[in-house]
Amino acid sequence: MQNSRLCREGSPELELLIEKGVGIMKEEIGILEGRQGQVFEKKSGEAEQLDISCEKTSLSGSVSQRACVFCGSRVVLYPVADALHLVHGPIGCAAYTWDIRGAVSSGPELHRLSFSTDLGEMDVIYGGEKKLYLSLIELIDKYKPKAAFIYSTCIIGLIGDDIDAVCKKVSKETGIPVLPVHSEGFKGTKKDGYKAACTSLMKLVGTGSIEGISPYSINILGEFNLAGEAWIIREYYEKMGIEVVSTMTGDGRVDAVRRAHGATLNVVQCSGSMTTLAKDMEEKYGIPYMRVSYFGIEDMSKSLYDVAKHFSDRPDIMDAAKEIVSKEVAKLYPELQKFKKVLAGKKAAIYVGGAFKTFSLIKALRSIGMSVVLAGSQTGNKDDYERLREMCDEGTIIVDDSNPVELSKFVLEKEADLLIGGVKERPIAYKLGIGFCDHNHERKIPLAGFIGMYNFAKEVYQSVMSPVWQFAPRKGGKI
Amino acid sequence: MKHAKTATQNACKLCNPLGACLAFRGIEKCVPFLHGSQGCATYIRRYLISHYKEPIDIASSNFNEETAVFGGSHNLQLGLKNVTQQYKPEVIGLATTCLSETIGDDVPMILREYKKAFRNGSPMPVMIHASTPSYQGSHIDGFHAAVRATVATLAVKGAERQHTVNIFPNMISPADIRYIKEILEAFRLPNMLLPDYSKTLDGGPWGEYHRIPPGGTPASTIASAGSASASIEFGATLEAPKSAAGYLESAFGVTRHHMGLPIGVKASDRFFALVEELSGQPVPEKYEDERRRLIDAYADGHKYIFEKRAIVYGEEDLVIAMTAFLLEIGITPVLCASGGKSGLLKKKIRELVPDLDEGEIKIRDGVDFVDIEDEAKVLKPDFLIGNSKGYTMSRKNNIPLLRIGFPIHDRFGGQRLHHLGYRGTQELFDRIVNMVIEERQNASSIGYTYM
Repeated sequence: MQNSRLCREGSPELELLIEKGVGIMKEEIGILEGRQGQVFEKKSGEAEQLDISCEKTSLSGSVSQRACVFCGSRVVLYPVADALHLVHGPIGCAAYTWDIRGAVSSGPELHRLSFSTDLGEMDVIYGGEKKLYLSLIELIDKYKPKAAFIYSTCIIGLIGDDIDAVCKKVSKETGIPVLPVHSEGFKGTKKDGYKAACTSLMKLVGTGSIEGISPYSINILGEFNLAGEAWIIREYYEKMGIEVVSTMTGDGRVDAVRRAHGATLNVVQCSGSMTTLAKDMEEKYGIPYMRVSYFGIEDMSKSLYDVAKHFSDRPDIMDAAKEIVSKEVAKLYPELQKFKKVLAGKKAAIYVGGAFKTFSLIKALRSIGMSVVLAGSQTGNKDDYERLREMCDEGTIIVDDSNPVELSKFVLEKEADLLIGGVKERPIAYKLGIGFCDHNHERKIPLAGFIGMYNFAKEVYQSVMSPVWQFAPRKGGKI
Repeated sequence: MKHAKTATQNACKLCNPLGACLAFRGIEKCVPFLHGSQGCATYIRRYLISHYKEPIDIASSNFNEETAVFGGSHNLQLGLKNVTQQYKPEVIGLATTCLSETIGDDVPMILREYKKAFRNGSPMPVMIHASTPSYQGSHIDGFHAAVRATVATLAVKGAERQHTVNIFPNMISPADIRYIKEILEAFRLPNMLLPDYSKTLDGGPWGEYHRIPPGGTPASTIASAGSASASIEFGATLEAPKSAAGYLESAFGVTRHHMGLPIGVKASDRFFALVEELSGQPVPEKYEDERRRLIDAYADGHKYIFEKRAIVYGEEDLVIAMTAFLLEIGITPVLCASGGKSGLLKKKIRELVPDLDEGEIKIRDGVDFVDIEDEAKVLKPDFLIGNSKGYTMSRKNNIPLLRIGFPIHDRFGGQRLHHLGYRGTQELFDRIVNMVIEERQNASSIGYTYM
């Protein structure tokens, strides 16, 4: 108890405790051979390019925080709320993804149910096509979806089911699009799952009428409407006088996706997952795309300005964007100062799915006075990591496809006060007595948009400043 | 009502490897390892973490396309080497998946090759291999397969019988595990409880990162299971050929005492009587007191709950034990449902409740939550009892839900709920009565302050 009261960060008391070996790593944790190329520490005077190794499958036995191809497809398509999502395989894949994301819908909620062909041993031996066919007919009849996505899981390719043929047949019989998603778990990484999802979406795009769509129109890609975030973003754009044709995979609707090719610009967040679709739409329909991020004041504002710039023949759009930004920032800025005052000097570690999000988070954290000591992602590419290196302070660890052992080593060594991640990172932070912010599928409070920045700062504040950490061993508490 | 359905809608079960990972987490210095795609390990970690709120590292052999074509041997061996280096485990609990089982990997042979190749390296962890294809059974089968594989790998025949018991308590909460251990200690009965994840999945803060959380049944203790005087095994549908105690009985002649989960006074009495017999000690006064308080509470609360109608669902063994308990306190379990399909659900309930009124009480196995919801619409129960996955139908149909078992993803402290023995029954009884009282209070226009 006395220790915890004495302990202030960087205080001589703490130094003494650390010298005595209280609350620090007692054993050297190494980086696995085969992963050393995926970890990098920014040092002074290093001008050369960062040669991080990335975009490869996870090392066997390394306890990656990644999921699989199926997961990539499932997260992208999941928020299409009026479609049937049928997982073809044994029960696990469907059970673990039942109502898993906070991707909310303003209408139908078919996406929140979990459907599986639940293959058993006999199906594996004799094939699952018949079960798939019967399941589809039965479910389409019962739930009347606008379309159906059929996800292949690991063993489907192995047992030789021709799901394309079944989908075709059912589509013909039921009159709705029945789209196979080739997402066998082992056939690549989560990123390949994103691609498979985009391929399926691309089959829907272009099948609806584009009559009456404004030339000043966009699709919002890669915004999953977690906690209603897509609604916030949509409202900003609509206030600027822009028509939002489809939010694609956030409060998504089949009919909106079908007419998405009528928009004149694709605005892509979460570029890792949706760039494929944007590129395909550019190639096929000549629709340009731009990368945006809705996290933090800086990037949120830029997302509005960049779109306004694209429609430069309509200066009123830029005027409206400026008005939104100045109004929102005027409201937000004083609120943020309150958080900044107490959070200044605190250190954060970021480990999220896509690298693009880390850029925004670094800026957002800096705006509330916090520095970043670790920045990593599950699926970043070389350009992403190079940009991260440019952005980061000296001493920051940059890491690709990390694991619990490494993350723990780094957050302790770098004395992070906060970890930003998802469900699997949360217990690591809490076990070690570190604050945590869930920036993943499970969040219930919007973190995007200007209001999202306020919520983010508040959540960070509430976790980092909680008095409960005084009992944590790293702050001198008893083990 | 139409029962024949092809697709499973909102499954009331999980897959085989999840149970195996959970069981392996209850062995000291053990890393669970899944031979399959990366996603299996990650999804299962996420699912377990959301209930236990603890770090749960599960390694994966991380199949890729070549692995699926040419076999998983290379990846598995590399994975075992990496896990050994990074986690320094004493035990690796290896479970298969639908993928590795479908391509037909010969895991025992791969393990032999691996041991040969790395023989001269540093001390090698013990490898336990459980066959857990996701297309067979459900999570509970994986749990039992892992426990059985563990004793089959580790237990040896001792020089002479020891005055110890093995206890295989089934898939219960960390709080239940602590309670069972406490009881056996109070009877001064030396014991080996497996799997013991009471600490690994409900432990204290860490000053440093533990590759493997402290706690769990030590491999050396499991080794002595072959020379114990008896085994106690919970789980009405768990049959000897699939169980750890069954293995020990046939391999080493350790007597298997098999019973359902001890929930309710009658079932708990049977458990305490058995421990009394095996230990040669009378029931310690504190448990007699627990029982007295429970009987007293039954009297105090009986009128609130008499002839209330409940739907109970979950793993078959939990449903069977809960059904007997509910009938013991005057609640009618109008539907006893499970996603499991051992074929024994009805039979075992009938054994426990010989005068079962099948007109009043429906028993269904192999169901999903849409089946249960369809039944609920007709049966109109007063409440649901089961894991948190029933929340969707609870909310939609405005039927209160009492959360028990696993998983509990939408409430805090699921790992600390008691279900077993007098203490667990007391907790369940209090919660049920309070749920009914709260409903009545909320529904009353008067706002009674005494209920």
